[in-house]
Amino acid sequence: MNDVAHYQSCFKDLVGTDELVSLRQKAIEHFADAGFPTTKDEEWAFTNIAPLTRINFNLATSASAPAVLDGYRYGLNGLVFVDGHFARAHSHLNGLSAGVRVEHLGDAIASNGDLVSESLGRVAATEDEAFTALNTAFLQDGAVVYLPSGAVVEQPIHLLFVSTGQRANVVSHPRVLVVAEANTQATIVESYVGLESEPYLTNSVSEFFVGPNAVLDHYRVQRESAAAFHIAATHVREERAAQFRSTAITLGGRLTRHHIHTALEGEGVDSTLNGLYIEDGAQHVDNHTLIEHAQPHCQSHEFYKGILGGRATGVFRGKIHVHQAAQKTDAYQANQNLLLSETAQINTKPQLEIYADDVKCSHGATIGQLDEDALFYLRSRGIGHQEAVRVLTRAFAGEVLDRVRVPALKDQLDRLVDHRLDQAAAAVAP
Amino acid sequence: MLHIENLHVAVEDTPILRGVSLEVEPGEIHAIMGPNGSGKSTLAQVLAGREGYDITEGSATYCDQDLLELEPEERACAGLFLAFQYPVEIPGVNSTYFLRQSYNELRKQRGEEELDAFDFLGLIREKLALVEMDESFLKRSVNEGFSGGEKKRHEILQMAVLEPKLSILDETDSGLDIDALRIVAQGVNQLHAPDKAVVVVTHYQRLLNYIVPDFVHVLYEGRIVQSGGKELALTLEEKGYDWVKEPVQ
Repeated sequence: MNDVAHYQSCFKDLVGTDELVSLRQKAIEHFADAGFPTTKDEEWAFTNIAPLTRINFNLATSASAPAVLDGYRYGLNGLVFVDGHFARAHSHLNGLSAGVRVEHLGDAIASNGDLVSESLGRVAATEDEAFTALNTAFLQDGAVVYLPSGAVVEQPIHLLFVSTGQRANVVSHPRVLVVAEANTQATIVESYVGLESEPYLTNSVSEFFVGPNAVLDHYRVQRESAAAFHIAATHVREERAAQFRSTAITLGGRLTRHHIHTALEGEGVDSTLNGLYIEDGAQHVDNHTLIEHAQPHCQSHEFYKGILGGRATGVFRGKIHVHQAAQKTDAYQANQNLLLSETAQINTKPQLEIYADDVKCSHGATIGQLDEDALFYLRSRGIGHQEAVRVLTRAFAGEVLDRVRVPALKDQLDRLVDHRLDQAAAAVAP
Repeated sequence: MLHIENLHVAVEDTPILRGVSLEVEPGEIHAIMGPNGSGKSTLAQVLAGREGYDITEGSATYCDQDLLELEPEERACAGLFLAFQYPVEIPGVNSTYFLRQSYNELRKQRGEEELDAFDFLGLIREKLALVEMDESFLKRSVNEGFSGGEKKRHEILQMAVLEPKLSILDETDSGLDIDALRIVAQGVNQLHAPDKAVVVVTHYQRLLNYIVPDFVHVLYEGRIVQSGGKELALTLEEKGYDWVKEPVQ
């Protein structure tokens, strides 16, 4: 059985929710048409997913919710999913203002079925996107956040997706749908964690509708376990004067691909994509970003930093597409990489496609080692080599972490990154 | 304290120092002068442990240890300090962290307890006054966005905090206006003590009006070609470096 046929067969066995059956049916067809991408596909040229397609992943039949998740909550309110299934017992939500809904898919269909069926799959198209199609075909559960016009949610909303990794070759297809109507404001934290060491696949899709003048802060924290495959797509649609600020932190996983596509579809949109990836061993991470300026007077700021040690490999692709109508676009992109070993590798590719003539676009990509002058300066003051490496690497990561505006999350990320960099510095020490 | 004997140093097979010998004892201030390219900065960097230099011959002993065998951080912990000609900007590394970490590394080396953030702040306030620096600087990243004068004062501040036995000032006067020069020199003079030594590396005599040396050495083409008292600096100022070049050639 080839890799595509396996999932077609699983699809037949799956008893799904009726409301979504036509969406899912179309998606499995799109998936079968597209097949898994290969390195011959330009968008996947530097990310070889053959190790993933060789495994026939299966859905988890039931969620065996782990007892302790405290280290992954960051003190936030929210929903928890385990191996793709909603874990009601672990989910807690307080202090939501009137009309705001944060629900798992089943509850959302029951309470607001029209919204779900109208919105789901509208920005995350399944044509030509094999993994998004696969996610949609196996759509069973997920998180739905609805902010009615004018709603302001002060407490960050946390959507925690846990993979137990207890049994080999389990797949989950987490889905997030966020609909933020006009003049709303909220912070949404998506986090993905792995607990035990068996290989698994997380294939997530998140969709954001950011309405006129809405302000959404989005954090995405990936802490999968070392044997995990993590394929993710974030699709964003922003309307007039909306602000969407995304920070994507990638720490875990064996093979990670995060595609983020934001469409600036109203005037005056302000869009920020920040990212930090820290990899070592034989990890592979691919950040694939597409910012589409469709309307005039929009700004986008993109700032991704990577630290790679060991034999880790990375890909950054940043495409900015400025449509002809998008005059007065102001787009800035930077990708900076620090290689801690001679065997670590990064492929970085900025890509500007500009069809408007009155725009300001700039990009820059750097790849480098630690600054030898700075290293010597610190050592000449009595600071040992290992600590000097740690401090300089930490400072490099700090530029992204300092932009995290949720204190509980920032504390946790600071600690996680410190821990990762302690290990990296120890490996670099002579 | 510092005994350099017949030191030869090359960079990628190009000899830079070609037999430097120098004796520095506690309480002394030495000035090393010389034209551009004579090897002054190389000597300073080699003494502080910068990588990339090949020591092809000779020795350097510091407080009865083979200096050239020590890592840069070990030299610092043993009380050797280099004030950089070009202090390095380190974005994202906080100045207070840097100073405290450095200070505590040296204390650890002496078997003393580390100072906590509160006690360290008390210490640093006192030292800031010495170099007329504002407290707001403590919140900034190391040297980032500092003016030339601020960078050099920051070097002297570090010297004040670390209280080294042997300080090597590498062209600390370059790029300084007269006020900054006065502040820097004042700091160095106040920190000087009978058990401490200073080596001032400079191109110009100007700094030596403020930091008065006991000995002046002229480095030329990788060798010390003249040594004398402070009056040698004045002769150099008057006659220029051509005067020392002639007898060598």
